[in-house]
Amino acid sequence: MSEAVVARAKVTENLNPEKPQEAARELEPKRAQAEVKIKARNVNFFYGAKQVLQEISADIRERKITALIGPSGCGKTTFLRTINRMYETVKHARAEGELLLDNESIFDLALPHLRRRVGMVFQKPNPFPKSIFDNVAYGPRVHGLANGARLAELVEQSLRGSALWDEVKDSLHKSAFSLSGGQQQRLSIARALAIDPEVLLLDEPCSALDPISTAKIEELLFSIESRCTLVIVTHNMAQAARVADFTGFFLTGKLLEFNDTKTIFTNPSRKETEDYITGRFG
Amino acid sequence: MNRLRWRKIVNAVMAAVTGLCALTAVAPLLFVLGLLAVKGASSINWSFLTQLPKPTGEIGGGMANAIVGSGQLLLLAAVFGVPLGVAGGIYLSEFGGWGVPFVVRYAADLLVSVPSIVIGIFAYAVVVIRMGHFSAIAGGFALGVMLLPIVVTNTEQFLRTVPVWLREGSLALGAGHWKTTISVVVPAAMQGILTGILLALARVAGETAPLLFTAFNNDYWARGFGQPVSSLPVRIYEYALSPYDDYHRQAWAAALLLLGLVLLVNVLSRLVLARRMAARRIA
Repeated sequence: MSEAVVARAKVTENLNPEKPQEAARELEPKRAQAEVKIKARNVNFFYGAKQVLQEISADIRERKITALIGPSGCGKTTFLRTINRMYETVKHARAEGELLLDNESIFDLALPHLRRRVGMVFQKPNPFPKSIFDNVAYGPRVHGLANGARLAELVEQSLRGSALWDEVKDSLHKSAFSLSGGQQQRLSIARALAIDPEVLLLDEPCSALDPISTAKIEELLFSIESRCTLVIVTHNMAQAARVADFTGFFLTGKLLEFNDTKTIFTNPSRKETEDYITGRFG
Repeated sequence: MNRLRWRKIVNAVMAAVTGLCALTAVAPLLFVLGLLAVKGASSINWSFLTQLPKPTGEIGGGMANAIVGSGQLLLLAAVFGVPLGVAGGIYLSEFGGWGVPFVVRYAADLLVSVPSIVIGIFAYAVVVIRMGHFSAIAGGFALGVMLLPIVVTNTEQFLRTVPVWLREGSLALGAGHWKTTISVVVPAAMQGILTGILLALARVAGETAPLLFTAFNNDYWARGFGQPVSSLPVRIYEYALSPYDDYHRQAWAAALLLLGLVLLVNVLSRLVLARRMAARRIA
């Protein structure tokens, strides 16, 4: 509720015509700095005959946080799962259009290679039935990145990177299931970071967590932003406003609006975006 | 008021009727257990557990070779049935498309319902005739064939309970299908698969018919797996049909021992399974 109120307050505040222009001016240099990491042009997605995404075009900037928002079933998670081709596990799912990672089509990349570069964190924490150490070491082992002392070092780095090291350094060989939900989610992030991805996709990573764990994850996102391009799907508008540099608004399979977060939240160009952000639907 | 009382009466009567039906359904089991305990318990003693059978007509002796023999047969059954069954289950759950798994699953269902004597004949034709004599290997093979479809079905079902998001976690790290299956999916279902194997072993442990013309019987210790071997079910069958009181007594004891072991494995496995399911529900 409070999110909607805050958002509404922001929108009203920005009915004052000078402010959005100011905001736009502020953001101009920032946008110019960042390279495009993922470029989508007219991406369509189908489950069998049913079209789920229509003509999605967006530029996702390098080492920035991009949030995808929109009501349930609008296609934001599908778009996320298109970027690392996770949708291929589903029968009769098909994507077309142009989707480039550093100007290379992701459809032409070998899957292990693509997923090495584009990591993913899921809605529900999903530790493997292994020790904490082996969970983090899984990716490096799959890709043959390190072993022995070098691997141990990599695991420590990754756990430090996800702010979990101090909590688990004495219990690395305990089962990952012994961790709390928030810790498990940070373990999932450490596991993804261990193969040093260029892009990290996060699918509602906080939706199963309490506010304190959520705050920890958000802090974490800021700390990994410097080494990784982040794309986060969230239902939590306040979260998008807090963490994201850019925000895309999805509605019924279309990317209605994509812009810097400030513009989306204060001066959206589409009526639907404003309605959604201010809590009139969704 | 009157109506309320009527409803209470109906409730009580129906509870009594259904309770009685439930009791009748488990009565045979309780009856068998009770009879075995009464008739068999007094005959289970140290010599029963440690001695070889005495020649016909002499009092005393035991079933040490049949106890060990049953163990040998189950071990062989596991060697024949488990690797193939687990691999088949993995294929059905993780790699099967539409056509082949349908046929395999159907065949497994059929194999479960094939009379065990037919499986004995099959093992006789395939192993005994080729070897030229009865052997533990032939008996183990027959039990292994019985075990196979149960293990396939169990393994498949436990693998299917592994949640999709666990598989996706591994795939998302760039691991392949096979790597994901072996290092994430199978370990996640391991406890269930092992319990399923134990239950299947307990299920075939009491089989007599497939052993009659495969493992046959042996009054002495079998030297190696290539010889005929004694087993508890066959020994019970033989002793129960004999005219000697002491053999009858020992058959009761053996039946109690066999049922006790099977029951123990069964209850323990089910407890482990129940705990696993409960843990999953909390998580």
